[in-house]
Amino acid sequence: MRAVCWNGKTDIRVETVPDPEILNPRDAIVKITATAICGSDLHLYDGYIPTMKKGDILGHEFMGEVVELGREVKNLKVGDRVVVPFTIACGQCFFCQKGLWSACDNSNPNAWMMEKAYGASGSGLFGYSHMMGGYAGGQAEYARVPFADVGPLKVPDGLEDEKVLFLSDIFPTGYMAAENCNLQPGDTVAVFGCGPVGQFAIQSAWMLGAGRVIAIDRFPERLLLAESWGRAETVDYEEADGIVDLLRDMTGGFGPDACIDAVGMEAHGTTLDAYYDKAKQTVKLGTDRPHALRQAIQACRKGGTVSIPGVYGGLLDKFPLGAAFGKGLTLKMGQTNMHNYMKPLLDRIEKGEIDPSRLITHRLGLDDAPWAYQTFRDKQDNCIKVVMKPDGHFHSSHSHGGNGREH
Amino acid sequence: MMYRVGQAAMVLSGAALVALAARQGRWKTLGAAALAGAPLVYRGATGHWPVPQSVSQKASDALAGAPVETAVTIGKPREELYAFWRRLENLPRFMKSLDHVVDLGDGRSHWVGKSPLGLKVEWDAEIVDEQEGRRIAWRSLPGSQVHNAGTVWFDDSSNGRGTVVRVSMEIGGGIGQMVGKALGGVTEQQVREDLRRFKELMETGEIATTDGQPHGNRSLLGHIHNPI
Repeated sequence: MRAVCWNGKTDIRVETVPDPEILNPRDAIVKITATAICGSDLHLYDGYIPTMKKGDILGHEFMGEVVELGREVKNLKVGDRVVVPFTIACGQCFFCQKGLWSACDNSNPNAWMMEKAYGASGSGLFGYSHMMGGYAGGQAEYARVPFADVGPLKVPDGLEDEKVLFLSDIFPTGYMAAENCNLQPGDTVAVFGCGPVGQFAIQSAWMLGAGRVIAIDRFPERLLLAESWGRAETVDYEEADGIVDLLRDMTGGFGPDACIDAVGMEAHGTTLDAYYDKAKQTVKLGTDRPHALRQAIQACRKGGTVSIPGVYGGLLDKFPLGAAFGKGLTLKMGQTNMHNYMKPLLDRIEKGEIDPSRLITHRLGLDDAPWAYQTFRDKQDNCIKVVMKPDGHFHSSHSHGGNGREH
Repeated sequence: MMYRVGQAAMVLSGAALVALAARQGRWKTLGAAALAGAPLVYRGATGHWPVPQSVSQKASDALAGAPVETAVTIGKPREELYAFWRRLENLPRFMKSLDHVVDLGDGRSHWVGKSPLGLKVEWDAEIVDEQEGRRIAWRSLPGSQVHNAGTVWFDDSSNGRGTVVRVSMEIGGGIGQMVGKALGGVTEQQVREDLRRFKELMETGEIATTDGQPHGNRSLLGHIHNPI
């Protein structure tokens, strides 16, 4: 089969590799019909996630058709259309039973690596480094899905791929980010970063009773989408004089009740600390650039919540814990507990409450992956979200922005 | 002068051993390092070993074969876990260094190890102590190629999370130690990995793996980017 392989920093190649096989009784093989590039894939692309190996197959946002089942998978049958969650969870351990699916104890074959780095291991993830399990990802024609009796969500025939694909990660991730804000009716939420997760966090904040949503970014097309689709007030931080002051003013001196950092470890910024982070990360003295997170903590009102769906990988420098302590903030974060959200959010899509396909700017084939990674990383061509179809065949034609590279 | 440098190096390396273990926060490593490191410090500082050399030699031998201990909580009743473990043929399903085990009856068993070098290592063992549903202790028979002994305890978790499975295991002595090394030795990490696999097998019915999955071209060195 064809698969998108990591070959080193900013070196993505589409290679021919063997087809996946059933390795465990609870596995399934899925023939992939749609697969996306996630913002977090860009951390791999830029070489900031440790324990990648040349030849690793990328991709953790995918869906498709079940073509083969292990003998213990009873709830699926060949031919079912499924969306696959990016976190792999057994459903039986202490953590899964508590709904902490992304902390699954039994799905990471390389748990010792993560234990070494983090003290304990989270669940295995598709296509996201050996520390996170080393599972082959879903930017390919086929993927092996472990614990297929627990993870994959069956999709009704009437719903096209593009509407449900993002149940694999970013919609639940944005939703959990908003849920973690513990919103009270009428609360003001500031969302730092209007990429795909930020957009879903905006959508979800409204679903969870927010009174105001303020969206912060620097790319016009992203701010535009936050405004038009997300009905958010928008701030271009490159134009603003100081985002913390501005947010305080916009909220009558309070600061937002909750701040969402939908940026993560590769934040850009125009202030001194941001350049300092960039310099340190470049020479490997620092692992993360927490500029957006610092601002979120600084801006949040006393007693408020900072929710962090953005990915962080290592040790943070100049982390304003004093401000967080001084204001009595709640910090919530972590990989998404996917399995809690997929079905309820599918219901919302079915009822027509939200159309996640609004996010898609680029519809491409697998062979376009090297171009797509670079374009998405550099925010060129108004790129917000790339969906690839292994067969290169698209049924839908609408597109927002993009250069019309539709197949 | 050279003598002093050598002594200082001993003090430093002895202290470093202890400090390193302390930094890792492992009490057992710390204990072992203190045992190993303290005499170095003493020798470095005084120019004399704290005990006659023959005795210290024996002590270091004992250290090499010191049992490793680790524990895991498994969300299953202890009777079930005990029963699976007591069928010794099951052990190679989660103990990576074993190829197979044959139960010879009367508490005796024949163990065949797996080695990356293709060396066949085998030994006979007997169960020396057991309490149904709670504890199994085994030991290789005297004169075996490998000295292997272990105990596993199954205790109800105090907070209703299942069963705490505690294991103490050792491989050591003579040829056994060499063989143990060839087998990769029994390290705390290895025992912990075996226990992790035991937990996975018991809780989910399978052991998480990626062996046999596809990948693109690897580099010759199997290059790992940014190792931890």
